[in-house]
Amino acid sequence: MSETGPDKAFFDYLRQGRFMLQRAVSDGRYVFYPRAVAPGDGAALEWIEASGLGRVYSTTVVRKKPPEPSYNVALIDLAEGPRMMSRVEGIAPEAVAIGMAVKARIDASGEEPVVVFTPAEAP
Amino acid sequence: MSEKFPRGQTAIVGAATFGVGKAPSFEASDLAAKACVAALSQAGLTLSDVDGLFFCHSTDTMGGLSFAQYLGIQPKVIDNNRLGGSSFQAYVETAAWLLAAGAIDVALVAYGSNQASAAGKLVNTVRPMTYEAPYAPLNPVSSYALAAARYQHEFGATREQFGEVALAARAWAQLNPEAFKREPLNLETYLASRMVSDPLSVLDCCLVTDGAGALVMTRAERARDLPQRPVYVLGAASETTHREIASMPSLTTTGAARAGARAYAQAGVKPSDFDVLELYDAFTINTILFLEDLGFCPKGEGARFVEGGRIAPGGALPVNTHGGGLSCVHPGMNGIFTLIEAVRQLRGEGGDRQIDGAKLALAHGNGGVLSSQAVVILGGPDTV
Repeated sequence: MSETGPDKAFFDYLRQGRFMLQRAVSDGRYVFYPRAVAPGDGAALEWIEASGLGRVYSTTVVRKKPPEPSYNVALIDLAEGPRMMSRVEGIAPEAVAIGMAVKARIDASGEEPVVVFTPAEAP
Repeated sequence: MSEKFPRGQTAIVGAATFGVGKAPSFEASDLAAKACVAALSQAGLTLSDVDGLFFCHSTDTMGGLSFAQYLGIQPKVIDNNRLGGSSFQAYVETAAWLLAAGAIDVALVAYGSNQASAAGKLVNTVRPMTYEAPYAPLNPVSSYALAAARYQHEFGATREQFGEVALAARAWAQLNPEAFKREPLNLETYLASRMVSDPLSVLDCCLVTDGAGALVMTRAERARDLPQRPVYVLGAASETTHREIASMPSLTTTGAARAGARAYAQAGVKPSDFDVLELYDAFTINTILFLEDLGFCPKGEGARFVEGGRIAPGGALPVNTHGGGLSCVHPGMNGIFTLIEAVRQLRGEGGDRQIDGAKLALAHGNGGVLSSQAVVILGGPDTV
């Protein structure tokens, strides 16, 4: 089979510097996380470049024992509709606020690339 | 189509715990087996009577098979569902249907875990989550923390209000000799406790304990001839909305809203009819969300509702009378214990924490990260 599975495709795109979302061919709904068929109706999915824009739906700070730094975990409502877990960087983890406008960037510093967010406007 | 749940046609005739707290040197199945034998003994039944086994093991995903082997039984039906902490409410639901249909005659519902002694922490038995793992949420706490933070944002709830839930659970635990955490807890101590994943601190989180529980169910006509006062299953319904927290449709409304409404319709009851509620309080936010979703107060009012000790001993609405997952017992999955406490209250076995004349109880289960919700409505002889 020559088709690429959804997880591999997503991470392959990230390695190319592209944050891609899937869209259902049936009704244009955007889907995250990546799947082989659309949830709800099983429709085929196509890959579309994400705008990278979103808003913080909820946020928490995972508290670590110093000197290990505490860090942010957030749920981001993407402009296209789906919600994803991520983290907001570039500000203190406890300064991340629900409703804050954020934009995506791909952090390729680790073993696998990962989508993270920064505040969309200077505070 | 309306649901034709077999209201009052089945009953719980045995309910027992074993090894609540710490049970070093026991394996999970050892603990569960002890609870099973105790529950069967209460019912005047033996292992050879059991033809339906409803069991999940804390770490063995094929535990239903392993445990039947351990008990030396060859059941007609084994249900080994893995809904998480709500598994046991769902077992009671399935068992009620199967018993009423005549597919089985005696159902044994059980759970055991030695996680506190074996691992010292909540044991993770689930698949890696590709789209969560890179962000290292401290699960399950962080997922519930995200719900709590969203709840605070939408409804302005305070940590003092979350604290009311923790204090109520502790006050009930002080009346329960079986509870693991019984030392007094005040608001000052609660507010000073170490933050784990904002806004939830250590004292917003359930315990990590060992423990096992078992229930025996049979049809109502047989139950009346057995030694215990039968506790009838009047309604049982489940709903699942998601698995991972990012896929939860709204973080402030759970599937308990629909499961509860269905169970109420089956049982022909309404929230104000209940004498006692046993809600799955893995975290303080849970109790608040479930009180709302199950219709005890409007959405967004739960945090105010619990103020002033309303759900504590002496309050208007007794909730989690054994001390709950927060202060009594939480061996990874807790749903069996909300059921057992409801049975004990309906049998009048609650000792210092007994709700006088309790006739109608709700035993709720929560699985995953607010993912699976299940409601069982239980009643004494006057309710059928």
